[in-house]
Amino acid sequence: MLLDPRGPRFAAALTAAVIVAVLVTGSGWLALVQAAVFAVTAIDPRRGPYGLVYRALVAPRLGRPAELEPAAPVRFAQVVGFAFTLVAAVGYLTGVTALGVVMAAFALVAAFLNAAFGLCLGCEAFLAFRRVTGRPLAARVPAP
Amino acid sequence: MEDVDRTAWTGLAVTVVALAAATAFGLWRRRRDGRLHAAPAPAPLPAVLTELGVQEGTPATLLQFSSAFCAPCRAVRRVCADVAETVDGVRHVEVDAESHLDAVRELGIWRTPTVLIVDRSGRVIQRASGVPAKGQVIAAVAPLLEPASR
Repeated sequence: MLLDPRGPRFAAALTAAVIVAVLVTGSGWLALVQAAVFAVTAIDPRRGPYGLVYRALVAPRLGRPAELEPAAPVRFAQVVGFAFTLVAAVGYLTGVTALGVVMAAFALVAAFLNAAFGLCLGCEAFLAFRRVTGRPLAARVPAP
Repeated sequence: MEDVDRTAWTGLAVTVVALAAATAFGLWRRRRDGRLHAAPAPAPLPAVLTELGVQEGTPATLLQFSSAFCAPCRAVRRVCADVAETVDGVRHVEVDAESHLDAVRELGIWRTPTVLIVDRSGRVIQRASGVPAKGQVIAAVAPLLEPASR
């Protein structure tokens, strides 16, 4: 699956705006809505709510994309975003506001870097994560 | 009412700090990304490199580490394949970092894409994380090719 790379960047800009609203209002429910958006987009990037807005309102005003990008990095980033915003929502809703604020701040940094610089923080961290946690594949043995 | 105020001001302050930090990081990364630099201690690592598909005697190998969740890896592939095709003696080898985690640890690689430039004796001469410019790659491999043509 290939995507117009401007779609996910537009979605990241909307995400950043929503997370600013979460931080200012302290609304756990809004964080939960954003987590749901991440979840839907991770399952199918072309059916993500922000992606639909992009295709309906923004894409028709732009030319055809010069390049397409693979969907796997985008989906992985959505999963990371989902985890952070979900924990933020739980923090706000259970009264552990500090947890909510910290998680929302991380999510804002990631969304903003994606929107403004096209940098996918979750993707960058992926190899580092696997380096620390991953066992060599040779550790698997054939089943008897 | 006072609580709402405090939430809003804290949220606003956190927003400003987060955006400032992200901007600083983004600018720093943009300046550094893809720049080739001399590898520290170019010790020969024949065993680990051979396992990854580097052939001894090839004047210059562009060893690219990629992963499934890596948008810029495609651009690096294009640059490296292009250099390998146009410059004699240069070979491009792309490996999936995730299936070679031991080598990734040994070579000190933390993110994809990373490109290592390996000379004919299996020493890592230069490395870059991110997308290197084609001209920079050609300039970096040039000194490795000279002895052969003389």
